[in-house]
Amino acid sequence: MSDTPAIELRRINKSFGPVQANKDIDLVVKKGSIHGIIGENGAGKSTLMSILYGFYHADDGDILVNGKKVTISDSKAAIGMGIGMVHQHFMLVDNFSVLENVVLGAEDSALLSGSLGRARVELKRLEEEYELRVDPDALIQDLPVGLQQRVEILKALYRNAEVLILDEPTGVLTPAEADHLFKILEVLKGEGKTVLLITHKLREIMKATDTVSVMRRGEMVATRETAKTSMEELAELMVGRSVLLRVDKTPAEPKAPVMEVENLTVTDSRGVQVVKDVSFSVRAGEIVGIAGVSGNGQSELLETLAGIRRATKGSLKINGETIDLGTSTLDAADMRAKNMGHVPEDRHRMGLINSFSEYENSILGYHRDPAYSKGLLMDLGAIKKNAVAEIEKYDIRPPNPMLKTANFSGGNQQKIVLAREIERDPEVLLVGQPTRGVDIGAIEFIHRRIVELRDAGKGILLVSVELDEIRALSDRVLVMFDGRIVGERGADAEEGELGLLMAGVEDNRNAAKGVAL
Amino acid sequence: MSAGQLPRWVDYVLIPFLNLAAAFLVSGLVVILIGENPLDAVKILLWGSLGYAEGFGFTLFYATNFIFTGLAVAVAFHAGLFNIGGEGQAYVGGLGVAIACLALDRYVPWYVTLPFAIAGSAIAGAAWAFIPAWLQARRGSHVVITTIMFNYISFSLMVYLLNNALKKPGSMQPETRTFEDGGRIPFLNDLFPSLGFGYAPVNLSLVVALAACVLVWLLIWRTKLGYEIRSFGANATAAVYAGISPVRIIVVTMLISGGLAGMMAINEIMGSQHRLLIDFVTGYGFVGIAVALMGRAHPVGIVLASILFGMLYQGGAELSFEMPNITRDMIIVIQGLVILFAGALEHMFRPAIIRLFTPARALRAKEA
Repeated sequence: MSDTPAIELRRINKSFGPVQANKDIDLVVKKGSIHGIIGENGAGKSTLMSILYGFYHADDGDILVNGKKVTISDSKAAIGMGIGMVHQHFMLVDNFSVLENVVLGAEDSALLSGSLGRARVELKRLEEEYELRVDPDALIQDLPVGLQQRVEILKALYRNAEVLILDEPTGVLTPAEADHLFKILEVLKGEGKTVLLITHKLREIMKATDTVSVMRRGEMVATRETAKTSMEELAELMVGRSVLLRVDKTPAEPKAPVMEVENLTVTDSRGVQVVKDVSFSVRAGEIVGIAGVSGNGQSELLETLAGIRRATKGSLKINGETIDLGTSTLDAADMRAKNMGHVPEDRHRMGLINSFSEYENSILGYHRDPAYSKGLLMDLGAIKKNAVAEIEKYDIRPPNPMLKTANFSGGNQQKIVLAREIERDPEVLLVGQPTRGVDIGAIEFIHRRIVELRDAGKGILLVSVELDEIRALSDRVLVMFDGRIVGERGADAEEGELGLLMAGVEDNRNAAKGVAL
Repeated sequence: MSAGQLPRWVDYVLIPFLNLAAAFLVSGLVVILIGENPLDAVKILLWGSLGYAEGFGFTLFYATNFIFTGLAVAVAFHAGLFNIGGEGQAYVGGLGVAIACLALDRYVPWYVTLPFAIAGSAIAGAAWAFIPAWLQARRGSHVVITTIMFNYISFSLMVYLLNNALKKPGSMQPETRTFEDGGRIPFLNDLFPSLGFGYAPVNLSLVVALAACVLVWLLIWRTKLGYEIRSFGANATAAVYAGISPVRIIVVTMLISGGLAGMMAINEIMGSQHRLLIDFVTGYGFVGIAVALMGRAHPVGIVLASILFGMLYQGGAELSFEMPNITRDMIIVIQGLVILFAGALEHMFRPAIIRLFTPARALRAKEA
């Protein structure tokens, strides 16, 4: 291995209108290394990688690949230079097979069968060389996300990528899948490939990388050898000050239950039971966390309680009345009227309308509140006043209620949703993935708000796939596996114990008692 | 890259203008191919549609029709629905107007009849949109398909009704009797002879159309219903999260859309023809789609686009009269080109414009 860096960036600048996303970025990526780039959301990581992959063009600055100055006009040029990218959201055709997806766009002849035959041989070689085993004839839609990601990596390798960019690769993976991914990256490195890992998770940087570069507000603030740095130092570099990685909170003082769920069963559109006979309660002044690997019924549970999805059977006691969920036709607006707030898991798909202004989003779901109407028309003055108040209280940046929500960073978008739901003073708050794709500074803020709401005597049901978050926030932890609640633990639950429950290992305590919680 | 990166005037003025220029450029080539002088053709087209009061009156008359059908398509757009059924809804709307006029014209003045005619046209148009709306909301049958089918059903239905139920006794024409003064909206020429609109059928329906523009603007951007319609159109999942019922929004939006399309019949039937007759819609419903696209589904844009298409209709008629080589069919080719460039190829110039504007804006940002 020569000393020429695989990638070298010199004084890269990139602006979007008045926003400078990248300022004088220098970066040297050694050949055959795993190089992490960490930074808060909106720090400019994705922009920088998009420049390297030819999606954007730098305003000025040089890109050197293998020591040679190059111009990357589009992603095709990037692929030609041996740069491959695995996007955060996979670029796969769901109803194509693995083989077809790998070949797509790189067919070497007009007749597909020839290309596919040659590709099959090549794919087999790649799979063996890099231990990336996937059935080439499986359809993408039948594969779990972990394997889909593997297909993305194979796609890049098939195109002879020497440098592989992974943008937030673990966002959609279970912890086990993430571990497996890191093993794959090690193998790739062993074969002489260079990996650029973009993430905002410190733990992954420490686990997987050789070198780490930290970005903050469009600037490259430091590059460290991973072995010679610590999570605390990196966190401080990322936000420019030291942050609490743990949540400060007093022990809960729970009072009467504010929400009681009994025998809830939910069947999805395919007829599969996704929530199976679940019963639990949330008391005033406590945070109940639902831990579990993504896809074990938590999302459906949350959506059913929020009135978005219909249950097959079960009852919900809230606000002093019992609702038969099997027959109820209450929608999300009716549930809000019963003092239930809901921070949905996916703010882009559900929590916000990205083409709307901030102030329009600040009343989504509460737009029928008479306070926002003047006669037949909406009272824009009152709506904007309320939005400005929320912007101040939640430190939403930029503080401009007229801006489209699409133009806010992930953390600020989440604050918009949180402000909207918390400021209506709900008795019960359903919270899904409150800090997914949110930077550290905002995570701290959001966690503090949730704890404050608890301390104000409200009941909170928290669903998160981040075990750290569940453990940091919850006063009680319920673990969901395969649609059932398979165990309950206190605030002091061990990570390993929860992990076993999440993986579906029988809970001995319950087995001994002979009851399912 | 999102449209948000461009200044508003570029989005709303420059790009539509470029699309239009491209359409006329290609049209000019067509005119040259026929062997006529394109500059002369443009002169005749402009003169015929704007150059003298009567011609302008015709332009405004056509524009009135386009405003109604354009608004109809635009309202549905905001809910993410594509109402292709303006043609049929306007046709059936004519039935509502005719019933009101036939019932009242001998007893009351026109301004008493008008509210009933407006209500009749809106109710009839809305009713014709209801079944496709309900099928979309409840059964998921795509509204594009069903509204097109309903256009054809309306054509046959109206022929049947005009021949068997509404025909003037003793006449061979499939049309109703002519309305008396109580069923006629006054022509602007009769109200303001000094404007010199002559025989142009432009009438007070234009005021109704402009009022509809204001009401649609208020509805979409200032009411809860409009907020819900836009929410549903922009992100249906988020709308359900907000407790907005998709069934309700689809049905209500389509009813409003159908009602607006139906109101076109006021201009045509009560304002100009003074009787219900076969095939009076003649494509206004379809052109409304292009008007809404070009007008960016905004009432102001729709008024401007309506005047443009009114000009093409009127100026085109003059053109085929003055230059016999340019037949009525060629005029439709030119209209087609405008629709192609303004609608289907709307984004053709956008990437280039974005490239043109981005460095300038970045520089300004640096100076700031």
